[in-house]
Amino acid sequence: MNETQRNLGTYLKDHWKTIVFLGIVLLGIGLADIFVDSYLRRLLNLCAIYVIVSLAMNLVNGFTGQFSLGQAGFMAIGAYTVAVLTVPIESRAAIFYLEPMAPFLANIQLPFIVALILGGFMSTAVAFLIGSPCLRLRGDYLAIATLGFSEIIRIVFTNTQSITNGALGIKSIPTISSLWWTFGIALIIIIATILLINSSYGRAFKSIREDEIAAEAMGVALFKTKMTSFLIGAFFTGVGGGLFAALLGTVDPKQFYFTLTYNFLLIIVLGGMGSISGTIIASFVVTLGQEALRFLDEPMAFGLDLPIFRPGLRMVVFSFLLMAIVLFYRKGLMGTNELTWDFIADKYHSIKQALSKNKTSVEGGDKK
Amino acid sequence: MTMETFLQQLINGLSLGSLYALIAIGYTMVYGILRLINFAHGDIFMMAAYFTYFGIAVFFLPWYVTFIITVGLTMLLGVTIERVAYRPLREAPKTSLLISAIGVSFLLENVATYLFSGKPQAFPEFPLLTTPFFIGGLSIQPVSIVIPIVAFVLMTALLFIINKTKVGMAMRAVAVDYDTAKLMGIKINGVISSTFAIGSALAAVGAILWCMKYPSVLPLMGVVPGLKCFIAAVIGGIGNVKGAVLGGLILGFSEVLMVAFFPALTGYRDAIAFVILIVILLFLPNGLLGKKQVEKV
Repeated sequence: MNETQRNLGTYLKDHWKTIVFLGIVLLGIGLADIFVDSYLRRLLNLCAIYVIVSLAMNLVNGFTGQFSLGQAGFMAIGAYTVAVLTVPIESRAAIFYLEPMAPFLANIQLPFIVALILGGFMSTAVAFLIGSPCLRLRGDYLAIATLGFSEIIRIVFTNTQSITNGALGIKSIPTISSLWWTFGIALIIIIATILLINSSYGRAFKSIREDEIAAEAMGVALFKTKMTSFLIGAFFTGVGGGLFAALLGTVDPKQFYFTLTYNFLLIIVLGGMGSISGTIIASFVVTLGQEALRFLDEPMAFGLDLPIFRPGLRMVVFSFLLMAIVLFYRKGLMGTNELTWDFIADKYHSIKQALSKNKTSVEGGDKK
Repeated sequence: MTMETFLQQLINGLSLGSLYALIAIGYTMVYGILRLINFAHGDIFMMAAYFTYFGIAVFFLPWYVTFIITVGLTMLLGVTIERVAYRPLREAPKTSLLISAIGVSFLLENVATYLFSGKPQAFPEFPLLTTPFFIGGLSIQPVSIVIPIVAFVLMTALLFIINKTKVGMAMRAVAVDYDTAKLMGIKINGVISSTFAIGSALAAVGAILWCMKYPSVLPLMGVVPGLKCFIAAVIGGIGNVKGAVLGGLILGFSEVLMVAFFPALTGYRDAIAFVILIVILLFLPNGLLGKKQVEKV
């Protein structure tokens, strides 16, 4: 007992900054949940969902070095699971008016959280089926195979009308409005990812990223480890997709076109492939940035009526940014570093040093 | 199904397959040399379709002028993309190159949506090519015959370039061993540029023929053919030109025949390519005509 108490004491002493920071974050979410208007609320919810899905993608692509592009597909599975299982039974007849819902599903309605977790597991199950052939492939092949699978999933959802209502999609899904759902789950997933990355599994992931053959020679079970990473990633993505469905209140196959995956790719590239904190920062920057750039799509209200501002410009600017990051800023914001207290202190010192160096050189110049 | 409909479907499969083959060659050549899936290839194809559309439907140029301009502009586009987006990353990890390719594809799609609007534009029909003629009970559009012939001629020309000319020899050398080729004094940049030029030219011809067959252009038209043609290249053994042709034909035939034999599965038409891809990769990871790659430590 005494032993654990002392351990807890040292733990608190070592990590008090992190604990205080977490407290501030929780307080911030709580305050935001009370005071924020519905537009900003939706945006923040979206940020949190993007954190979840990008972290999952970074786990596979950044930490394990397996270039998977199946995010949109796994999100679709999670989203549809939540949609199908939580839509109120009384409104189903109105939604499924072309073809009635399959009888084995028609009378099942589950609480949101159960459907959400089930969505995660559905996504994991599909990832298992996909992973067993695909993870034996390397690099580029994996990319194209997972991309292909995410398209197949979309095609299947478009065609299984009695379950997913086909191209019409499912409307009037009960929505979530509290920030606690998305941010709470995002926090859990962030902590889980940090623990995972710093465990022996995490080290195995990174060793595969650095050199597959060397990792195998060192006794890492290559296929099993890749699969673990892939399945965990799929679970998180499925949960993210489920939250996405509950946030928007509607799902249809077009939302999960594979260009959706590119959003997450942009996030992990900008944040740094292999950095958890980078991914979190980039999720907010990209999601809020996409919103902030929205003025590009509208005619300018002031000055000359330039015809270049019209729908589509925002995405052009956006894709230019992606190219610029890849070409000139390849490591992203964080590279493979993490935003730890030591890292901040280091940066702070180096900036201070650089400033004082400048100062001395300026003074030296004066003397001359 | 009668014999006639079966033959009819075979002709459809042949012309679709030849189109896929033309585009797949671009993938295979770039992959052979850079070990890169050029995700932007499908969008280069889309841009070529727009060049043709503008030449014929907007500026009313004669078709032969349009075709020459289209091929020229597309080659320029392909070479520029390589120069701007791939060459600076020559020494970077493969992942960066792949992301850059995805970025280019995303950029081209968005630029096209912005400039030409997301609405599909109707392409003027060529009555000469689309009015069917009849042999027995078969109704055949001339374009279905023209496509395989053009494709065959171009492939022969390409094989000649690859096997008999100096540039072709350099390409093969770079494909086998990049570093050694460099040491032997081959000008890598020139070879890669000409690869992109040839690949893009074939994509341009593919786009022109595609527009004859399916007379409508839109910014996202390159996505699905792009993916399928990549798959065709993988099926045949990526890096192998004959393999790309074979893969394109297999894909074209299986797609057309699936729709013909199982009309209920029409909705899954775009999925069949991916199913074939997975099956092939499971049993023949190097494709039908590919060589086994040795892992380097």
